[in-house]
Amino acid sequence: MSINGKAYIAGAFEHPTRKAVDKSLAQLHAECAKGALEDAGLTKNDVDGYFCAGDAPGLGPLALADYMGLKLRHMDTTETGGSSYLVHVAHAAEAIALGKCSVALITLAGRPKAEGMATGTAPRDYGASPDVAFEFPFSPVITNMYGMCAMRHMHEYGTTSEQLAWIKVAASHHAQHNKNAVLQDVVTVEDVVNSPMISDPLHRLDCCVISDGGGALIVVSPEIAKTLNRPLVKIKGAGEAPKHQMGGRIDLTYTGAAFTGPTAFAEAGVTPSDIKYASIYDSFTITVLMQLEDLGFCEKGQGGKFVSDGNLISGSGKLPFNTDGGGLCNNHPANRGGMTKVIEAVRQLRGEAHPKVQVPNCDLALAHGTGGSLGTRHGSATLILERE
Amino acid sequence: MTKNKVFPAPIVDPETQEYWDAARKGELLVRHCRSCQSPHHYPRTICPHCGSDDTYFEPASGLGHIYSYSVTRKAKVPYAIAYVTLEGTDISMMTNIVNCDFDDLKIGQKVKLVYSETEGDGPPVPTFTPV
Repeated sequence: MSINGKAYIAGAFEHPTRKAVDKSLAQLHAECAKGALEDAGLTKNDVDGYFCAGDAPGLGPLALADYMGLKLRHMDTTETGGSSYLVHVAHAAEAIALGKCSVALITLAGRPKAEGMATGTAPRDYGASPDVAFEFPFSPVITNMYGMCAMRHMHEYGTTSEQLAWIKVAASHHAQHNKNAVLQDVVTVEDVVNSPMISDPLHRLDCCVISDGGGALIVVSPEIAKTLNRPLVKIKGAGEAPKHQMGGRIDLTYTGAAFTGPTAFAEAGVTPSDIKYASIYDSFTITVLMQLEDLGFCEKGQGGKFVSDGNLISGSGKLPFNTDGGGLCNNHPANRGGMTKVIEAVRQLRGEAHPKVQVPNCDLALAHGTGGSLGTRHGSATLILERE
Repeated sequence: MTKNKVFPAPIVDPETQEYWDAARKGELLVRHCRSCQSPHHYPRTICPHCGSDDTYFEPASGLGHIYSYSVTRKAKVPYAIAYVTLEGTDISMMTNIVNCDFDDLKIGQKVKLVYSETEGDGPPVPTFTPV
C-alpha cells in the first residue's frame, strides 16, 4: 500500500509575525490553524484529525484541541524536531487512506525570540535522554554540532567556506522579495565569509535566523480536495527515518536524507532530475549542502560545486530552492524549519510564490526536513508533492 | 594555551555507575560485546550493534585521534568540541580538546586522555589533549 494520491494539501498558512511579544503560544497555534483553514475554504468544525509536535504547549493535542474547540477522531504527536511537520503530512495521508480522518490539521508555533532564547550557542536540555551524561558536559550546541559536520565535509571532500556561502547568497536573492523576511538584503559570498565566526567553520551568515511565529497545513481526502476551490496539491511520496551515532561508529559526512530520499522517490515514482523546485532544510548552509548530496541532486562530495555560482537561485540556477528566503533569511519559527519548507513548496505548486521567484510550470516539488542535530541524532523526512 | 571552560557534572545513573566510578580513578572504560566482539559508546547494557546483553567494560588505552572538531568562538570561554576515535577501535566519543592552542588543531591529530574536573562533587569527564 502506498500514500501516493491518497491525500492532498488543501490549506497552508505561514504566520506573518517574526517576533511575537504580544501573543501567547496557544494563540499562535490557533491563528495559524485559522489561517490554513481559511486558505482551504474550511472551518474548524471540518477538522477531525490533529497533528502537533514538541512545540505545542501542555499535553499537545489535548491542550490545543481544548483551546481551539476541536472535535477529533484522530491524533498524532510524532516528535522528530524540526522535521516533525513533514512526517505529520505523511502520517495524515496514511490516516486518511485508512479512513481514520478526512480533514487533518497540522500546526507549529513558537516564540524563541520573544523569550530571548540563545538558540545557537546555549546547550539544550533534553531531560533524561541516555546520551546526556556523555555529551552535555562538553557543551554541544547547535552551531558546533553542525560545525563539526562542516569541518569533516571540508576535510574529506575539499568543500570551502566560499561554496557554503553561495547557499546563503541564493537564499538572500529570494528573501529580497519577501516583505515578511527577517533578512531582506542581498548578500555576497564575501559578506558571508567576512561575518563573525560563531563555531568553526560556520560564520554568523552561515546560520539561519531566529524567529517567532509558526504555520499550519490542512491535509484532506481526495473527495474533499475536489470540492474545494483550490489548486490540487497531491502527496506523492514520503520517507522518514532517524540517523544516529550507530553505537559510536560516527559518520558526519551524510544525513538521514540518504535513507528518506530514496524511499520518497520510489513511492512517488520519480527521480531527482524530475524535481522543479526543492525546499531544503536550512538551519545552516552545511545542512543544505549535505542534504542535496544525500537526496541525489548531485554526487556525494560534489555539493560544494553544485551550490556555487548561483545554481540554487530561482530564474538562473538549475535547482531553485527555498524561494521564500528559507530559514537562512526568512523565517525559522520555533527553531523548527520543517513547516515553512512544506508551505513554500505548496505555494510554488499552486503558482502562488512571489512572481519574482515563481518557478514556471512548477508541477513537481520536493520538501525535505531535518530535526535534532546532524552532529548527534536527527530525524529526517522527505515529501514529494505534485500539482494535479 | 587557552583557558579551559567549566564542565557541568554528568548525571550518573545505575546503568553507567561503573563508568563514572572508573572516571574518578582516571580510567576510561569502553563497553564491549562478547557476542559480536564490537565496542560501543556511550555505554549500554544491551549492545546497540547486535542486541546481545552479554556486554562488559574494558579499559581503553586513552589514545586516539580527532575525527572532527569545532572551536566555538562565540562563548564566554571559547572551547573545542570534538569527536575522538579511540585507538584500535572504530568508535568515536564526544569530548573537548583541552590545554592547547585551538588554532593548531587538525582532523586526524593524535590526542591522549586527560580527565577534567566538573562542577560540584560530580565525577571528572574524559577530555583529550594533543600528544
